[in-house]
Amino acid sequence: MTQPLQPDQQSLKVRIWRGAGDEGRYETFDVPVLESQTILDVVSYIQQYMDASLTYRFACRVGMCGSCAMMVNGVPRWTCRTHVKKITDKAGSLTIAPLRNLPVIKDLVVDMDVFFDKWVRAEAVHHPTRSIEQGVQLVDEETAERQAANAAIECINCAVCYAACDVVASNPEYLGPAALNRAWSLVNDVRDGARDEILEAVSGTGGCHNCHSQQSCQKYCPNELNPTASIAGLKRETAKFALQNFLTPVKNDKAKKDKAEKNMKRERV
Amino acid sequence: MKVTGHQRHGLWLAYIAHRLSGLALALFLPLHFWVLSLALNDRAALDGFLSWTDFWYIKVAEFGLVFLLSFHFFGGLRLMALEWLPWSARQKTYAATALAAGFAVSTSFFLSATIYG
Repeated sequence: MTQPLQPDQQSLKVRIWRGAGDEGRYETFDVPVLESQTILDVVSYIQQYMDASLTYRFACRVGMCGSCAMMVNGVPRWTCRTHVKKITDKAGSLTIAPLRNLPVIKDLVVDMDVFFDKWVRAEAVHHPTRSIEQGVQLVDEETAERQAANAAIECINCAVCYAACDVVASNPEYLGPAALNRAWSLVNDVRDGARDEILEAVSGTGGCHNCHSQQSCQKYCPNELNPTASIAGLKRETAKFALQNFLTPVKNDKAKKDKAEKNMKRERV
Repeated sequence: MKVTGHQRHGLWLAYIAHRLSGLALALFLPLHFWVLSLALNDRAALDGFLSWTDFWYIKVAEFGLVFLLSFHFFGGLRLMALEWLPWSARQKTYAATALAAGFAVSTSFFLSATIYG
């Protein structure tokens, strides 16, 4: 870690959000400018040398865990992978705030429960089709479905897309880009046994059809994923699914009943 | 309305331009239908109303209206393609094309209205 600011050292004005819940304000700190300095370095410097009560969250420091995401000059970013020099504004100042669209616990730490609850609401959890005795299912990597699943699979739940989404901001019921992206990955995964349930979950209130295609999610995803494309895929599949249910309701009801019985048997086993 | 940090990118601007052009057209529609109704109820009033289009400032306003309509039309095609066709990475190009196409149609209309009246 660096030493405290020296009198002749170049410094950076950093405004940091302090407070809990809806109450809070920005506090300004002078932080020394260093070579290859990241936003997380700046926050860590303040916490270690200037105000030990500053609360923030991080783990890996190398863009693997996704826990250090914050709003930096109004844009959601991984602070560990964002260099100060690349994003400071013309005045050389920096504003750091907790992630948007999530309740603030304290200072720069947000409560991620809402975010993960929406993953569950979107049925964006794996629904196994095999028991351990049946062995591993072979997956054909060449199919279009598998490639669509692979394209969406590298999400590490950092909530950058969720914070960038204006639909989430205006409609708290909206499941959000990350949960829908994960749902799209599972819809295309042959190992998942609940395709219909997922399509039903993502077409209800707050589902994929709420998306306005503003595309901030794909613009700011640090892993270069494209939730907008995933949501567009879900819109197409849910429309086909609804049409299919409308045209052959009896057949689909029977299929649902069979599936429910199969699931119950599996649970008993 | 202030565009904040995370909104400063082309596709968000395309979204808000599409939304605002749609709202502006929705606000214009009642006037449009009222003028159309004059054709049935009061032909003299309609002729009087249409004669306003000889004024240059009304032609400029019409240019704006045709721009809103054509931009919203091409923007709508872009969104339908986004949602119903396989994904294309050229989203910004399509948004720029919608803007250019809207401008081309409205400018053609303006030149035609100016030259031929």
